[in-house]
Amino acid sequence: MKRRTFIKTLGLTAQGAAILPFLRHIPAEAAGKSDTLVVIAGHSINSLDLHRKGTNRPSYQVTVNIYDRLVRFGTKTLADGSLTYDSTVIEPEVAESWSIADDGKSITFTINPKAIFWDGSPVTAQDVKWSFDRAVSLGGFPAVQMKAGSMTNPEQFVVVDDKTFRIDLPKPSKLTLPDLAVPIPFIINAKEAQKHATEKDPWATEYLHKTPAGSGAYKVTRWDPGQQFVYERNENWALGPKPGLKRVIVREVPSAATRRALIERQNADLYMDIPAKDAKELQAKGDVDIAGAPIDNCLHVLALNLSHKPFDDLKVRQAIAYALPYEDIISLAAYGRGKPMFGGKNKTPTDTQWPQPFPYQQDLKKAAALLQEAGYAQGFETTLSYNLGLADWQEPTALLIQQALKQININVTLDKIPGANWRTAALVEKRLPMHLENFGGWLNYPDYYFFWAYKSGHLFNSSNYKNDTIETLVDETLHMETSHPSYADHVKKMIAIAFEEVPRIPLYQPYLDAAMQKNVSGYTAWFHRQLDCRNLKKA
Amino acid sequence: MQAKVLQISARLLQSLPSILGIVVISFALTRALPGDPAVYFAGAMADQASIEQVRQALGLDKTLLEQFFIYAKNLLNGDLGMSLSTGRPVLEELLTRLPASIELTLMGLGLSILIAVPLGILAATRPMSWIDHLCRILVTAGVSLPTFFTGLFLIYIFYYLLGWAPSPLGRLDIIYLPPEHVTGSYLIDSLIARDMEVFWASLKQLILPTVTLGLFALAPIARMTRAAMLNTLASDYIRTARASGLAETKLLITYALRNAMLPILTTLGMVFSFLLGANVLVEKVFSWPGIGSYAIEALVASDYAAVQGFVLSMALLFTFVNLLVDIILTLIDPRVALDS
Repeated sequence: MKRRTFIKTLGLTAQGAAILPFLRHIPAEAAGKSDTLVVIAGHSINSLDLHRKGTNRPSYQVTVNIYDRLVRFGTKTLADGSLTYDSTVIEPEVAESWSIADDGKSITFTINPKAIFWDGSPVTAQDVKWSFDRAVSLGGFPAVQMKAGSMTNPEQFVVVDDKTFRIDLPKPSKLTLPDLAVPIPFIINAKEAQKHATEKDPWATEYLHKTPAGSGAYKVTRWDPGQQFVYERNENWALGPKPGLKRVIVREVPSAATRRALIERQNADLYMDIPAKDAKELQAKGDVDIAGAPIDNCLHVLALNLSHKPFDDLKVRQAIAYALPYEDIISLAAYGRGKPMFGGKNKTPTDTQWPQPFPYQQDLKKAAALLQEAGYAQGFETTLSYNLGLADWQEPTALLIQQALKQININVTLDKIPGANWRTAALVEKRLPMHLENFGGWLNYPDYYFFWAYKSGHLFNSSNYKNDTIETLVDETLHMETSHPSYADHVKKMIAIAFEEVPRIPLYQPYLDAAMQKNVSGYTAWFHRQLDCRNLKKA
Repeated sequence: MQAKVLQISARLLQSLPSILGIVVISFALTRALPGDPAVYFAGAMADQASIEQVRQALGLDKTLLEQFFIYAKNLLNGDLGMSLSTGRPVLEELLTRLPASIELTLMGLGLSILIAVPLGILAATRPMSWIDHLCRILVTAGVSLPTFFTGLFLIYIFYYLLGWAPSPLGRLDIIYLPPEHVTGSYLIDSLIARDMEVFWASLKQLILPTVTLGLFALAPIARMTRAAMLNTLASDYIRTARASGLAETKLLITYALRNAMLPILTTLGMVFSFLLGANVLVEKVFSWPGIGSYAIEALVASDYAAVQGFVLSMALLFTFVNLLVDIILTLIDPRVALDS
């Protein structure tokens, strides 16, 4: 774009994006410049407001980059040099300090005077309260996530004075503080948003959907739905090291083959969430860098539904756990981008590490013997369902499982379920006998994973598993500090039950990979699986 | 002339019942889609209570009949509803995306007409010659190569290996700004704005997807041209004309082609309509922000309003194109009447 074209276009009504106080053009040298990064991604964002109903997962990255939270997680370097977030370190962001009451039932935050909204007004406790009230009041996913941190009611959020904010809790919980660092409790410029609130829409969802009002390190200066959006650095942001990139352009490219061609031809700087196959091949070629880390607290599992016979039989479940071709699944379905979760040495866990390898590996003799004990020597018929939206790893995995189970006379019919129906079938109605599942918990505690995936009736417990010991153990442990004397003991007991009972058989812990040109550094893997532009640099 | 206008209005009236039918069917079909939008839009970790909350907010707790009347009432006011997944009005979304699809489709169709019609004529005048075989090969290839394959193949050769084509990133490279919106076609709009730079840039982006689509559309047009021309060339009046010593070009173009135009035009109408719907895959491969990819996203998310809007606009377009073809036919061939 030359200046001539630019001037000509000024003052004209550009379509679509024109509603925003937005960037009208991107300078020609953008793609080659060291302070501009071109990112390609496979999915479209559909909102700039995470609290809105229907906001999809890819849109979370906007919230991560343009809004601040009270606190954030630190980062650490892994053994192979890649960067990842550190769930054990909580750093100040908008809150410069905080103190937890002696009884643990309230946390008081002091707001950093350097926290300034884009319009120049300071971030106050009133803004924080309005934003948190909004998160618990609008319902849907934000409310559920806030509840995980024991925050359910606006009355819990107290404005002490302009710069002091307090959260009252029904009970002390180790989950509250980390839950403030997830994308949900972001802080909105309440004065700005309230100007656009109406009686029907008291939380200004229509306005914030297209027009963010925050204080974060980046602003969205242009959004062409279905095509691209552009972040521009907020030069006044002072709540952390100055971000290295002035501008980040995120292009939405639906075809994976096209994305790969773009990164290989160096027309894009960073390729977010690259399929394992491409990651492996590009790494072997060596022209671009691949950075990735195993996703914390996430497992790809084969779930067996206990309300379907014969999966209610422990021996049948164990037989299947001994029959799975774990190594082939990691090398052929996950293309090596998975951390093994099989072949554990001990029958019971020796530490609280989660996830950790389960004490199973492929042993068809043992599997056949167990099936015989259970009275299924002649085998049985069943279906294995998988999500077409995740076909890149689930399809080959399902085929490998089908082949392996055939050897112990279990005949498996594959059942493909379209992505839109998956949640209803697998998680809400919980009606799939045998299926692949990929839950990952945002808060990195084993008991948090068990809360969602092993407690009876909970969403990700698609196995309809119910165990009274697990129920009491999880309830007792969920809010307990990790330093509590019984914590380690409780967690080990839970893991031991999961080892023994295997309603969910872990296949591997997946990686979150990104491909980038050699001159891009600072890519960090986050639990929310989105791109955080603040750490990135380009030489 | 008066009679013609009356005929056309009568024809327009005839399309009303089909449009009404489409409204009902598209509503019923979307409701019959498997998948529960309330569950989908409640998000990753929503529980039963929040799913119910979403269901109420979306009005999905009402009976189907109530939902239909609300939909029909909004439709009469020109309101196609809000798309849940994009959070924008469906009408606005369709209006920004339809021009992208139409521009691409027309270019593809234009290219295939330019190649297929002469090819078909030549093949018909010289049956079993090399040009006839070439026509047959092209037709077979066009039918049997899926568009996403042709698209990826072209990208691989011309972008990845040779580096001649611009990056397959939609209608314009990142560095250019769309021209002022007049028609929605970037080519025409940039010409109106007298901005040759943007014109060339958007033309370059169009080349590969146009060729991909053109190859696909080539087959039915070339086949139909060849068959129709063979028919007319074998007819009595051509024999008479030839015996009277008429020039070969005049004979071919004025007498044979004009008479062969009927089936060719009808095919063109059909091809245009199905190209518009079928270029989803081309749009995916070339990141084209068109209507096809929008519809697919909406279907996956059970986004009722968006799917209904898409089906309805497609149906209207289809009806319009058919009507247009019919009118052109009456102008070409007086024997054809609209009410027949």
